[in-house]
Amino acid sequence: MSTLQGRFQLQQGEFTLDIDFQTPSQGITALFGPSGSGKTTLLRCLAGLERAKPGFLEINGNCWQDESRGFFLPTHQRSLGYVFQEASLFSHLSVRKNLEYGQSRTPQKQRKVAFEEAVELLGISPLLTRNPKRLSGGERQRVAIARALLTSPKLLLMDEPLAALDANSKAEIMPYLEKLHQALSIPVLYISHAIPEVMHIADNMLLIEKGQLIGSGPLLEVLTRLDLPLSHSSEAGVVIEATVTEHDETFHLTYLTFSGGRLSLRREDLAIGSTVRVVLNARDVSLALDNEIHSSILNNFQASILEILEESPGQLIIKLDISGALLLARITTKSGVLLNLQIGMKVYARVKSVALL
Amino acid sequence: MFDMPINWSPVWITLRLATITTIILLLLSTPLAWWLAQTKCWCKSLIEAAVSLPLVLPPTVLGFYLLITLGPQGPIGSAWQSLTGGSLTFTFTGLVIGSVLFSLPFAVHPLQNAFTAMGQRPLEVAATLRASPLDRFLTVAIPLARPGFLSAATLTFAHTVGEFGVVLMIGGSIPGQTQVLSIAIYEQVEMLEFQQAHLLSGGMLLFSFLILLTLYTINKRLDYNK
Repeated sequence: MSTLQGRFQLQQGEFTLDIDFQTPSQGITALFGPSGSGKTTLLRCLAGLERAKPGFLEINGNCWQDESRGFFLPTHQRSLGYVFQEASLFSHLSVRKNLEYGQSRTPQKQRKVAFEEAVELLGISPLLTRNPKRLSGGERQRVAIARALLTSPKLLLMDEPLAALDANSKAEIMPYLEKLHQALSIPVLYISHAIPEVMHIADNMLLIEKGQLIGSGPLLEVLTRLDLPLSHSSEAGVVIEATVTEHDETFHLTYLTFSGGRLSLRREDLAIGSTVRVVLNARDVSLALDNEIHSSILNNFQASILEILEESPGQLIIKLDISGALLLARITTKSGVLLNLQIGMKVYARVKSVALL
Repeated sequence: MFDMPINWSPVWITLRLATITTIILLLLSTPLAWWLAQTKCWCKSLIEAAVSLPLVLPPTVLGFYLLITLGPQGPIGSAWQSLTGGSLTFTFTGLVIGSVLFSLPFAVHPLQNAFTAMGQRPLEVAATLRASPLDRFLTVAIPLARPGFLSAATLTFAHTVGEFGVVLMIGGSIPGQTQVLSIAIYEQVEMLEFQQAHLLSGGMLLFSFLILLTLYTINKRLDYNK
């Protein structure tokens, strides 16, 4: 029941969207693909801003569109929030009135997100009396997110809400998106074409290319599928959810535990017991046949080889299993031959750097 | 020269005509301009061209056709006569109809531009915030088009005040009924009553200038607020 599923076919000039997808209606699903691949068009179909025929959309068993029987729920009757790429606040209303616009149009019984809650969650209480024109890009986007949340949507659609922002504003918004993720149980469909952003916040992924779905599933699964393009980008790697277990004051290190063992990274100010996400980039992972510790690298795991693929001349991408956790390693074909790497072989994976998200 | 009594009647008729015309035109033009800004209909250009006709036609041409259609033998005039028993030509009602048609582009163009300039985005945003189409129109489109409404109202009003040809053709110059300011001035000049003409012309010059000054000042302030 708790799934979001849709099928859309839409012709727009030269471009054809032809998609049949399904994703859990909880957590954040990243809609990932290159520019012009149809991500925004798909999001607009979900919102009912475009009417795709044939088209079908169902969320948690509620049908929003079924063209086979001519049914199409107009946008304003769909319980959804939409955050546009450029924050489109109403310029004729104050920040407070912008926030109240959607909330006041949501039936009392359906209101689950309180005004104060949304304002606090996005840290916008000092902005309430301001004119939207006098806000910075990051502030505007936070107001737009709060405004969408205040309609207590059953689905939140976000079209690259960070794309129009500079690096500082992006860094300013990220923590709010994470909080949102933890505080509210609203499923989010989030468009992005930046891998680090996706690794940061997504739980599931829909991978789109040229108007078609080329892969979907849990984040880690999609990141590590060697038949999909993500594992071949320069940013290829895995995301690991780990628990903070110990701080080592002598060596200025923090230790994390995950299903594959223990990770050490430079001392970070994290609460013991909290869960964090770290990225292990494929290009920072090297392989060795034995575990002789003649190396400066601290993060060393026994692994078995699941898959090997020569992704470009002279370069291999290798998928590894470390007691249940997955890892990608990018090495040269020459190293692969010298070590005589085979599927199923036991090796040692050395991780040169661990990036905390 | 100022001891002679001023004939205020043409002034009042003019102001009444301009006010009524402006109100009617704003009510008519808002949905029409909205439709023109939204539609993808093939007939859009046709309607746009028709709306703009008064800009290029000599007022006498428009007045001539109006005289024919509104006259007792014309299709509208005869229908009106059988309904109300009265005539449309050479009456204030006839003047209003003529003015509305003559000033139509001055109301529709600024509104259509304002609606087009705001784009679809604010309306889409409103739709995702649960606003129905009518709600979106009233609470988003109209407030955002405020500068357009201001221009439309001012231009219509000022243009009606300055009207001459159409009014003369269908209204004649019946003092106290259809004799508007511009015609009164014309007749005073004809009768070589230059002092009266001076007074009315000077008043009109000042009045028109003040209206336009107000318009540009407010528009500038609206821009500044953006």
